[in-house]
Amino acid sequence: MSGRRTTAPARRRAGSGLAGTALRWSVFLVVVGFWQLVTTTLTPADYAPYFPPPSTIARTLYETWFSGPVSHGFLTGTAIHDLLPSLGRLLGGWALAAAVGIPAGVALGRSRHAIEYVRPLVHFARSIPATTLIPVFVVLFRFSTTMRVSVIVFGVVWPILLNAIEGARQVEPAQLDIARVFKLGRQTRLWLVVVPAAAPRIFAGLRISLSLSIILMVTSELVGATDGIGFFLSNAKKGFELPEMWSAIVLLGIVGYVLNTALLAVERRVLGWQYDAEEYR
Amino acid sequence: MTHPPARKPVVVRLSRKARRTAGPLLRGFAGVEVFLLAGGVGGRVGLVDPSYLPPTSTVLAHAGRLLTDGGFLRDIAFTLGGWSAGLLVATAIAVPAGVLFGSLPVVDSAARVLVEFLRPIPAVALVPLALLVVADQGEMERLLAAYAATWPILVNTIYGAGAVDPLARDMARCFGLGRAAILLRVWLPSVAPFVATGVRLASSVALIVTISTELISGGGGDGLGQFVFDASGDPDGAAEVFAAVLVIGTLGLLLDAGLRYGERTAFRWHFERLGEPG
Repeated sequence: MSGRRTTAPARRRAGSGLAGTALRWSVFLVVVGFWQLVTTTLTPADYAPYFPPPSTIARTLYETWFSGPVSHGFLTGTAIHDLLPSLGRLLGGWALAAAVGIPAGVALGRSRHAIEYVRPLVHFARSIPATTLIPVFVVLFRFSTTMRVSVIVFGVVWPILLNAIEGARQVEPAQLDIARVFKLGRQTRLWLVVVPAAAPRIFAGLRISLSLSIILMVTSELVGATDGIGFFLSNAKKGFELPEMWSAIVLLGIVGYVLNTALLAVERRVLGWQYDAEEYR
Repeated sequence: MTHPPARKPVVVRLSRKARRTAGPLLRGFAGVEVFLLAGGVGGRVGLVDPSYLPPTSTVLAHAGRLLTDGGFLRDIAFTLGGWSAGLLVATAIAVPAGVLFGSLPVVDSAARVLVEFLRPIPAVALVPLALLVVADQGEMERLLAAYAATWPILVNTIYGAGAVDPLARDMARCFGLGRAAILLRVWLPSVAPFVATGVRLASSVALIVTISTELISGGGGDGLGQFVFDASGDPDGAAEVFAAVLVIGTLGLLLDAGLRYGERTAFRWHFERLGEPG
């Protein structure tokens, strides 16, 4: 398999990838420099406190979140108090939604009629902004972690479910027939044929729902929270601490970027066979 | 020896298309019915506390009453105003930017970095900041809706601009078409379906952001989010909240269905080429 990786087009792509990364980061630096210039010279004095320059934001970001002792992985007390619970709820809610949505979606997608019974309900539930259910979940679970995780799960389970359904429906019938000819049992067919065929769509659903989880995580923490990034944000607003607020916003961007990159890496690893197959087609 | 002519069975024959749609429609209806019944029975027999989860009938009655209530209709109009303004502004910004980015590879990879970093920042995280900078709630939610709606449109437009057939472009150039004509005849038809998809995705994002902003920006304002916020403060407001959620869900469904229908009708050729059902 390693022979495949070093084919000429693959090498060329790797090279352009490296150059691309360099180009992207240089562009990123140029934009940040421009931002610095605008906020230090062009912003009217009335608005200056609201838009601190990126250098200030970067310093605040470091001091507030990442200047802790080595023993704590450089995390500060604030980061341990606010960032970790947020990440826990975010990943917990997302994983829970995946654990419910993927099996249910694959099962529904393989059944001919079951999906028709639930489709209108699913589409309706999907079109309810999960944030409007925050009051409902507050009534049910008070201001607790359960409430926040429920909001995330309810909000992100639908894209996962719908994509898993679509993925399971797109299984090549011929492949299933072949599996039957070889007398593979139901279980084996599921794991060897249906799940791999549905995997790309399942990952697409997981990616959409990951960015949605971040939104819901923050929103649910903006109301009645005692910890979390959202709590930090609303606290910073009360104290009129603009640089801190900006640092939390940038931190959210970093969290989203890192999580998305990690998921893409996993996807590439798990679905590598598929890209290879496409190359050889 | 002649057989008596076989008598044709008298059955109501639905056309093939009608049969194909009637089955799923009926089953979907049955699913909804069961769900509503479960909601009604659960509340009545004491499975759940009706003050938390009011029975279906109560919620439906409340929803019906709300739809004839002037104040609530004004809230709907306010939210839709924020949604449409945000979507319009986002389209006006994202489509030209997307075409520019998508047509120039260097700018494209540069823009991609920005998009990748800015997109994960949830618009609602900007609410505390926006509350300090922008005083007016309506203006704030338009701003945030526009911010959130920009990304799906931008990403789809870039993708569409990258998918313009280079052969068609070169051919148009061979035929001596000018820049404007190439833009109009080659780029526009090729990019427009992607833009439409982006707008549809952005529409639901804009609605979510508009309502969420209203919900978390504190009391005393307008819009559906504010309605839910106020109702949730009321001890007997559970039915009101659920009724509003029902209306909001229906609204989202209608907007999505409308845009989807418009997309399918306007770009029928595009979906036929993709081999997707039209």
